[in-house]
Amino acid sequence: MNPGKILLVEDNPDDVALTMRALKSHNITNDVVVAQDGAQALDYLFGAKGKAPVGDLPAVVLLDLKLPKVNGLEVLQRIRATEATRLLPVVILTSSDEERDIIDGYSLGANSYVRKPVDFVEFTEAARQLGLYWLLMNRVAPVPRKL
Amino acid sequence: MSLRDWPIRKKLTALLLLISSVVLLLTSAAFVTYEVAAFRQTTLKNLSTLGRVIAANSTASLAFANQADAKEILSALRAESHVVAAALYDKDGRLFSRYPATLRDDALPAAPERDGYRFEHGYVIGLEPVAETGNPRLGTLYLQSDMKAVSHTLRLSAAIAAGVMAISLLMAYLLAAVLQRRVADPILALAETAAAVSTRQDYSVRAPKLGEDELGTLTDAFNLMLGRIEDQNRELRHYATELEQRVADRTHELEDRNEALRRNAAELLAANTELDAFAYSVSHDLRAPLRSIDGFSQVLLEDYGTQLDEPGRDSLQRVRAASQRMALLIDDLLKLARFSRAEMRTEVVDLSKIAGEIVAELQRSTPDRQVECAIAQGLEARGDSRLLRVVLENLLRNGWKYTAKQPRPRIEFASVAGNGERVFLVRDNGAGFDMQYADKLFGVFQRLHSAAEFEGTGVGLATVRRIIARHGGRIWAEAVVDQGATFYFTL
Repeated sequence: MNPGKILLVEDNPDDVALTMRALKSHNITNDVVVAQDGAQALDYLFGAKGKAPVGDLPAVVLLDLKLPKVNGLEVLQRIRATEATRLLPVVILTSSDEERDIIDGYSLGANSYVRKPVDFVEFTEAARQLGLYWLLMNRVAPVPRKL
Repeated sequence: MSLRDWPIRKKLTALLLLISSVVLLLTSAAFVTYEVAAFRQTTLKNLSTLGRVIAANSTASLAFANQADAKEILSALRAESHVVAAALYDKDGRLFSRYPATLRDDALPAAPERDGYRFEHGYVIGLEPVAETGNPRLGTLYLQSDMKAVSHTLRLSAAIAAGVMAISLLMAYLLAAVLQRRVADPILALAETAAAVSTRQDYSVRAPKLGEDELGTLTDAFNLMLGRIEDQNRELRHYATELEQRVADRTHELEDRNEALRRNAAELLAANTELDAFAYSVSHDLRAPLRSIDGFSQVLLEDYGTQLDEPGRDSLQRVRAASQRMALLIDDLLKLARFSRAEMRTEVVDLSKIAGEIVAELQRSTPDRQVECAIAQGLEARGDSRLLRVVLENLLRNGWKYTAKQPRPRIEFASVAGNGERVFLVRDNGAGFDMQYADKLFGVFQRLHSAAEFEGTGVGLATVRRIIARHGGRIWAEAVVDQGATFYFTL
């Protein structure tokens, strides 16, 4: 299994707790870094105010769309616009299945779009499959060398 | 310029002059003829008087054959300048004496012819017997007079006639010039008025009336006609103005309405935008708490299930079921909103094909059910294929659902002709419903069956009706409880 971290961009603490539980219940033990809004996510990925990024790039980003300060689509846009994160796997994990969200998400280069089910059993299953796929099945592109 | 194109004044003058000329010519001719005839009579009479005098004087010279005497008598004719020749013949008709003495023989008749005075060969001649009263005839006197006097008289009377005629014609011309105005002026006035009317379109002018004759009547009639035209024109102008006013009013009204429509459209757009934002917010925010409710209920069940008794666990299950049902309601409502405002793309849609796909999908999702499906082939309609798929999916899914308790379930998709339009129908032999509540069928959250009997949110048929309405069609249903329901729709 890819030992990389999971960056969970999620403002709702309940959803954070449930997601963590769902991941854990399927023995996905990777470190989960939580960003509570879009700004925190960008700070983590690109470093806050001119500083270098705190840690390595995550193996996958689970990105909610409706976020305070900087919304999910803007975060995605920044990720795709930056050379270092251009190929970073980003899974949109959100409440909505509004058509325009799906279209916008894929248009901006999301790798996947998953709607959070209300039924927690289904939610857990979705989390298991996500972990299984993105951390186990998926081959990540080599991290581009820094120029 | 031909005669008919002459101005009327000229024509009238010419007419009067022509008539005067003819009358004067005839009168002059009669005058001259009479003058000449009278003068000839006088000439004859004068010559015969002269003849008788000379004959009487010649008796002695003839009786005594005295030629010198005869010559003497004849030479007295010198006083009568118009007598150009004279002769005396004896009783045997032989020439006895001549005047003038140098006259040639061939200028005189060889012998006297019958007596009397007459005109012959441009001369007046006279033969007078010479005899003593009551005695035998002694001879004949011959006189020849020229016509100079006659032609002189003729010339004189012709001159007089010509003079009179000239003066008369001049007078006639002057009179005509004055009198023709009496006739011509009213006509010219009429003509001028008519020209003014036709060139300037000015119907307010009037022809002056110059008398009570036929021209006066004509002028009156013409003026009356102008008056009528003027009245009618005024009326027409009045109507035209009124019409213009009405058009302006109507235009104004339409502009107002357009403005109102524009405002309404703007309001609708604003409302739609708001609805969009609302739906988006519902989609994101309303589901999150439900996830927490369901999620943490499940956490409780998993982590503390053993510490709860059966009613406790049941309660938590109910909390989960309710939150999931609410999520379903939210989803259905969002669908209703989405299909109500989704943009329509009209094309020819193969409804039979779509119905077949839906039934196949239903069969896949519930493989344990055995439902007889009769789908008429080749049913097409114009509409948005995505929205029409939602319609058929709801109706067929309903049929599938409500025949669950039927031993021999059957659903059908077909079309019938009714009132000149194509009516599609979806029929099942399932639970049906009481027609008493048929009007509630298509309302949002309206259900005719309890959730315990048949699950559902009560949004499906509302969505169907909304989509059908957006296609300009109608939907209605007929049903008998426990025998089935038929949904009809037009597009």
